[in-house]
Amino acid sequence: MIMIFGIPIQAFLGQLLIGLINGSFYAMLSLGLAIIFGLLRVINFAHGAQYMMGAFAGMLLLTWLGVNYWFALILAPVVVGITGIIVERFALRRLYNLDHLYGLLFTFGLALVVEGTFRYFYGSSGQPYATPKLLSGGVNLGFMYLPIYRGWVVVASLIVCIGTWLLIEKTRLGAYLRAATENPILVQSFGINVPLLLTLTYGLGSGLAALAGIMAAPIYQVSPLMGSNLIIVVFAIVVVGGMGSIMGAIVTGYALGIIEGLTKVFYPEASNIVIFVIMALVLLVRPAGLFGRDA
Amino acid sequence: MSDKEILLSVRDLNAWYDESHVLHGVNLNVRRGETVTILGRNGVGKTTTLRSIVGILRKRTGEIEFNGHNLMRLPLHKTAKTGLGFVPEERGIFSTLSVEENLMLPPKISNSGMSIEEIYDLFPNLYERKTSSGTKLSGGEQQMLAMARMLRIGVDMLLLDEPTEGLAPVIVQRIGEVLQTLKQRGMTILLIEQNFRFASKIADRFYLMEHGLVSAGFDANELPDRMDMLHEVLGV
Ligand SMILES: Nc1ncnc2c1ncn2[C@@H]1O[C@H](COP(=O)(O)OP(=O)(O)OP(=O)(O)O)[C@@H](O)[C@H]1O
Ligand SMILES: [Mg+2]
Repeated sequence: MIMIFGIPIQAFLGQLLIGLINGSFYAMLSLGLAIIFGLLRVINFAHGAQYMMGAFAGMLLLTWLGVNYWFALILAPVVVGITGIIVERFALRRLYNLDHLYGLLFTFGLALVVEGTFRYFYGSSGQPYATPKLLSGGVNLGFMYLPIYRGWVVVASLIVCIGTWLLIEKTRLGAYLRAATENPILVQSFGINVPLLLTLTYGLGSGLAALAGIMAAPIYQVSPLMGSNLIIVVFAIVVVGGMGSIMGAIVTGYALGIIEGLTKVFYPEASNIVIFVIMALVLLVRPAGLFGRDA
Repeated sequence: MSDKEILLSVRDLNAWYDESHVLHGVNLNVRRGETVTILGRNGVGKTTTLRSIVGILRKRTGEIEFNGHNLMRLPLHKTAKTGLGFVPEERGIFSTLSVEENLMLPPKISNSGMSIEEIYDLFPNLYERKTSSGTKLSGGEQQMLAMARMLRIGVDMLLLDEPTEGLAPVIVQRIGEVLQTLKQRGMTILLIEQNFRFASKIADRFYLMEHGLVSAGFDANELPDRMDMLHEVLGV
């Protein structure tokens, strides 16, 4: 048996893959949080609930309307994105002139209401969502067995993250977003409809969370609390990466997913807390986060 | 000049920052093609006047008419489309945007603006630095960029807030040349300027502001007669 640092290579690569998959979700979720925080200055505590809604949207689309995974991959983010747009337009917008704390408290309350509602109708236990046929099964890589769906998640999340990064860094719309992040009033005085930009950004952020949710459905159980379990870790990642840095959010998401996975191999007892330990250390050394600009 | 139509008309403009009442009834007119300079000591409300006209400062009363539009009723993002270009005192260059992205940021209002080639001809420095971050430019280059940004989109009138503030004499001269060029092309300009020598070379008309009010208005050819009064009020 091949060993690496005294560990069987199968175990090592297996945990590396699990870490990479978790990292894929961390990256997509912290990316959405960073985009929303950058422009709206809102710490979106509803992000976990929106992730959960994405998974439920996929499941309900399937059971009610027979919509398969591939269409759900587009429809679930659109549906959740529209709910995000409604929330921004009719509630969140009213809080921009107040202390940031109000946005945080409002989205926190919203998350509790949404999760409570889903729990009322669907109970706390998880429900399975079948892996799409095209992606079921696995391949033997020689040193390990790779379930195809998990490989797909890693690739798809990379595409989503790089695509979103390109959208923000390389397009005209992205230039509006970046400029409005720096000085929204001036951008609006140039003739750009900044209130609309804020609404669409919240819609985009919620849609990204939902996309992560529907992608997670075949791997984890679809349950009302799936988001609240995950979101605490994601917030720690956002703190490590630095609030508002897009590339920082992506890189930190993957990196901490992998570190968490490898910790399971080398020191399993610490695997649940390693991300929080890193967060505490980063806060001590670089309070603005690894990629953050000092405010 | 006085036969030209009035492009911007401001009547009894009052403005507030929260509770503090800063403008107390500003009146001024700018005709098409004119260059008008607002003079005044620090803190008299020159910047506030421009910010209120553009609509960045929303707590305001009075009448502002520009190009046939009632600006008091327009949301901020619709004001630019009436043909008004604002170059703020702090210049407003974005650090997360490259020089070229800064230049291309505001959407075009009309096709009367300069092409990107003309702009780079007028400001060769911007061309050389087009891929660097906007705020890596020197103060003078940032000022040029802030002006160039408004020239591209085809505005009818430029509002410039102290474009020469804190810049070296050669750069001030360069900005003066650019303004002369614009003037010859028929651009209407409302300029705030503390640099009196600079302003006296390009302005057709002057307004003097004191304590949130326009206290005097006169033509450039009346300038010699007004010098004593200006010395006293401005301390120049
Ligand atoms: N953001 C603000 N909040 C509160 N008061 C302000 C604000 N900006 C300006 N003021 C006050 O309003 C008054 C007018 O300021 P304004 O900036 O219009 O003056 P200015 O004539 O442009 O001066 P300067 O020549 O120094 O640029 C000043 O008393 C100033 O202290
Ligand atoms: Mg000023």
